[in-house]
Amino acid sequence: MSQNFIYLCYDILQYLVNGLAQGSIYALVALGYTMVYGIIKLINFAHGEFYMIGAFIGLYLVSLKLPLYLVFPLAMISSGLIAVIVERLVYKPIRYAGKIPALITALGASLFFQFGGQLVIGADSKSFELPYQDKTYILGEVSVTSTQLIIMGVTFFLMLFLWWLVKHTKIGKAMRATSFNRDAAELMGINTDMIISFTFFLGASLAGAAGVLVGMYTNTVNPLMGMIPGLKAFIAAVLGGIGIIPGAVLGGLVLGVAENLVVGLWVSTYRDAVAFAILILILLFKPSGLLGRPTGEKV
Amino acid sequence: MSGFFDYLIPLLSNVGIFIILALGLNLINGICGQFSLGHAGFWAVGAYAAGAYGLYFAPEIPNFINLFISCLVGMITSALFGLAIGIPCLRLRGDYLAIATLGFGEIIRIVIMNTDKLGGPRGMTNIPHWTNIFWVYAWVILFIFIIVNFLKGPHGRAMISVREDEIASESMGINTFKYKTMAVVIGAAMAGVAGALFAHGQQFLHPNNFTFMWSVIILLMIILGGLGSVTGAILGAIILTILPELLRFMGTTIAEWRMVIYSLLLIALMLWRPSGILGKREINLLGLFKKGKT
Repeated sequence: MSQNFIYLCYDILQYLVNGLAQGSIYALVALGYTMVYGIIKLINFAHGEFYMIGAFIGLYLVSLKLPLYLVFPLAMISSGLIAVIVERLVYKPIRYAGKIPALITALGASLFFQFGGQLVIGADSKSFELPYQDKTYILGEVSVTSTQLIIMGVTFFLMLFLWWLVKHTKIGKAMRATSFNRDAAELMGINTDMIISFTFFLGASLAGAAGVLVGMYTNTVNPLMGMIPGLKAFIAAVLGGIGIIPGAVLGGLVLGVAENLVVGLWVSTYRDAVAFAILILILLFKPSGLLGRPTGEKV
Repeated sequence: MSGFFDYLIPLLSNVGIFIILALGLNLINGICGQFSLGHAGFWAVGAYAAGAYGLYFAPEIPNFINLFISCLVGMITSALFGLAIGIPCLRLRGDYLAIATLGFGEIIRIVIMNTDKLGGPRGMTNIPHWTNIFWVYAWVILFIFIIVNFLKGPHGRAMISVREDEIASESMGINTFKYKTMAVVIGAAMAGVAGALFAHGQQFLHPNNFTFMWSVIILLMIILGGLGSVTGAILGAIILTILPELLRFMGTTIAEWRMVIYSLLLIALMLWRPSGILGKREINLLGLFKKGKT
């Protein structure tokens, strides 16, 4: 009995480690969702697609034998630039049309990238060759791969960078001001259009980094890979409290761990249902999220 | 010539099924203003309930009676799901509601995928073939009649007021929650009938027939026609069911670009004509519809 219990504890620790690795990826994508929502109140359905684009650019750069410390910045910058182009062409004209038209537009942009991607690069999965030898470290009964360590390390570094950017730079201050009250920020001389584009750039580049990481983690990439993780990252953002940056990180990690626990201890086929069940529970019982404060409705 | 009809009649009955789906979603999204992205989920519930009836419970009676019972089974099951999903979800608004309904649609699909009795990932096969084009259009006409008359009555007016301004209509004494739930339940019931007709027409169901993508396509139908317009929903359903078939005649490359074209269509509609082809107007056809005063 006690022997079984110890094995169960090891199992749970193992799922925790896997869940944290998975959750870091969700958290990176969720950060982009939450920043864009915080600033223009748009659920950017196409956000998962920037993650897919990042993964493909990463795949291409890795196949060129570039070192990883160059692959990440390049993939991040290019998916960020694509996001800025989309924002300027599509989201900017629709910004004042209301929430639902903007949501439908974002849905359209998402479908465009998914199916356009299938036509341009082919619908089949491509394998992502690791540029290094993957090692497995074993502590007790719990194993950690070097890819998992890289995922957690890169995520931690990027979050630290984001925190510094938002809290301690001028542009970060402008972002916070714009998300607090766009009109007032504009009156204070902030170029809000530029700030909104920059937020898209930042969010999509984090998603791009997450795409490269997930390519390394699962070793395959395909044009439809962005859809479900995109939705789950959105769920993570809602779980933590949408618009709140630490909330996205917390939500991503909680979601990743919860998913891995359910898959490990119960049934693997319900993996995708877990996230949606969490979403519905959180929307029903605490719609403002774990870290959010409830807001009243104004007439 | 008979080959042409073999092609045309299933196509036309598909058009009818999508008209019913679009009418149902139009009631939820267009008329009551509750943005739902889970319509394919209700469709799946109806289809699987009807398929299960056809496979496991159907007695030896004439086909058209069986089809009728099957449609009722699909309708009632789907309406119950609509009630169960609507009551918790309708406390949410706008984009949150959209995501929650999307989540429910996906959960329904995943649960079906994991239920062995319903075929699971193998799909449900050998469903009896009962649907014919006559019964499809009988249901279409029945639903158009019901919806058009419903909109003229006090309940329909109340639903429109919920769409126009929820807080204002609540302060006028309208029970907004009741009308929102009513819209979702009726919309789900219609999707259930569409599912039953689909199940007995295709004879084969697979969970991947009911992905989120189909919710988007049905949404595109009503947006293209004009959100809130009954004739617009019908027009949109006809265009978007016939269009892929026409694209197929124009060569395989264009047919492959179908979803890309749809997505660009969605974006272009939102940018240049968010009200769709008809806006909220109705086409007055042979006096069948009175012109809506909106």
